Amino acid sequence: MADETTLNNSAEPELQPRRRFFERLSIALGALAAAVVAIPSGLFLLLPAFKRAPQVWRPVGPLGSFAPGTTVRVSFDDPAPLPWAGVTARTAAWLRHDSNGQFIAFAVNCTHLGCPVRWLEKADLFLCPCHGGVYYADGTVAAGPPPLPLHRYDTRVRNGMVEILTSALPIPGNS
Amino acid sequence: MKQVLQRIGRWVEDRNGLWRILRPIVTHPVPRSSGWPYVFGSATLVCFLIQVATGIALSTSYVTGAGQAYDSLRFITDTSMLGRFLRGLHYFSASGMVLLVGIHTIRVYLTGSFKFPREMNWLTGAGLLLFTLLMGFTGQLLRWDQNGVWSAVIAAEQAGRAPLVGKWVARFILAGDTVGGATLSRFYAFHVFFIPALIFLFLAWHLYLVLHNGISEWPRAGRLVDPKTYRQQYQELLQKHGVPFWPDAAWRDVVFGTAVVLAIAALALFIGPPELGRPPDPSIIQAYPRPDWYLLWYFGLLALLPAGSENYVIVYGPVLFGILIIALPFLSNRGERSASRRPWAVGIALFTVLMIGVFWVKAIYARWSPDFGAQPLTAAVVASSDPEVIRGAQLFHDKGCEYCHAVAGNGGKRGPELTDAGSRLTRDDITWRILNGGVNMPAFGRNLKPDEVNALLAFLQSRVSATREVAPAGRP
Repeated sequence: MADETTLNNSAEPELQPRRRFFERLSIALGALAAAVVAIPSGLFLLLPAFKRAPQVWRPVGPLGSFAPGTTVRVSFDDPAPLPWAGVTARTAAWLRHDSNGQFIAFAVNCTHLGCPVRWLEKADLFLCPCHGGVYYADGTVAAGPPPLPLHRYDTRVRNGMVEILTSALPIPGNS
Repeated sequence: MKQVLQRIGRWVEDRNGLWRILRPIVTHPVPRSSGWPYVFGSATLVCFLIQVATGIALSTSYVTGAGQAYDSLRFITDTSMLGRFLRGLHYFSASGMVLLVGIHTIRVYLTGSFKFPREMNWLTGAGLLLFTLLMGFTGQLLRWDQNGVWSAVIAAEQAGRAPLVGKWVARFILAGDTVGGATLSRFYAFHVFFIPALIFLFLAWHLYLVLHNGISEWPRAGRLVDPKTYRQQYQELLQKHGVPFWPDAAWRDVVFGTAVVLAIAALALFIGPPELGRPPDPSIIQAYPRPDWYLLWYFGLLALLPAGSENYVIVYGPVLFGILIIALPFLSNRGERSASRRPWAVGIALFTVLMIGVFWVKAIYARWSPDFGAQPLTAAVVASSDPEVIRGAQLFHDKGCEYCHAVAGNGGKRGPELTDAGSRLTRDDITWRILNGGVNMPAFGRNLKPDEVNALLAFLQSRVSATREVAPAGRP
């Protein structure tokens, strides 16, 4: 092999510039062709990370169905679910009807690693099944590993319905 | 007849020339000392081939739709012919692959086979180790039951802790703002095309390097690796003590590989694939997400980290581990290969195995997880006619104490057992703890009325151990 290469390069020295041109041309064209395919493919994969879903108000139940002083699980659909999302389009929240008439909606995700916290009605606490994070009824951390209080969704009352403003999965780690 | 076959064979070889290329590969000389400890790499490859075959078969029935994947898996498991067995093969072969690639890594580390000239063997192998773990994680997620959905959430939450890029990586993992229709398709593409393509590439590279640098000879204490002379010594060794890979060494790979296949088939047949959990509806919050066994130790590690160190461990732990793995063959590419002369290497390997083992066992018991199944204590356990004690026992359940504290074996193990709390603690101790809580216990001062505290105290003070009650003076 080595002999052949030497032979090719040493023979016909007047062809050397021509060979160098062919080399460069081939590499440049190859890079161009690869870029034409790779750039749109890569962007298609990356773009969802930069696209924000719109935030919309979702009704979760009539005003009268939430007794004051209670916290109940409500669920609503994501703002723009894909047609094939099925049940994965749903999201749950803990809706608290304060004794003074305010509505507070907590994300179910524990701020430790995102596991779904459960409301213990008689104990007035949220408890996380994964690593035992505990929150008080107002969402502040009571004990365990969570670094932050439970994330809150915006709420409002419209036409006798309690509504929740959808938002992205709360990622508290770097906020 | 025989002559006809021979003529066909000669024609095929003449027109293809395959044997001309394969023969030197198949029969390349290997050190006679490469024995049974060398079978784990090829066994990992066997598992990978099972994964390819069963994975392709399963993909013919799996529906990559976030709304339908779960139902298609139900169909594969419960209705389709052989689907349950194939899922079992895929699961246990994945388990085998993780286990064997781990053993292979430790073997290579302990025999110093990563040293000169096999640095690139080690690095490509490290890539394959990483890809295997990624396949395990993404594969568990493709089960797309409740556990799968929450695995995606937890992966995103962990990635979200990375500085600067965390949120983007998290959104990249979810393919959007939340778990939804796009999430599963993304993981499917990674599990079925992206990572396997990388595995094939690295596998070809890794195997080529095994031929290029030769299988390492069994280390002998005192025989040092010197980059100046090693290759020549290795060639002399092969000339003196070399045997053809096929069949002198390969038969062990075949025997062990067959045993692995049969063991996987038996497990798939008799134990079967992991059961599917609840449907992938994120609004069902009765979930207890946890990874499959091969990543369970990491789950345990995350649970047991001291508060405050989490951000560093979750983000920089894997990075540091990766850097160490990459740096290893450059930090130490010469000298002793024998484990008997490398006490630090043996110590590090033992430490790693023990650490994973301890976290793994801890994660199996998961004492840090509250027991949501805790039932109110029975009258037999309460064993009192005092209405205050009985009310306290009910409050012990209702106020959530029992999710974390056990009494006579009922309840969680997150906090100390309170079966004999009355013997161990004074009334003031108990009151202080209830009202103020601790690191992992809420301060119940906000959540209990004074009369409820009194009832709980009455109940807890009535929890005395029989022996200590008889002879309290005997206690120092």
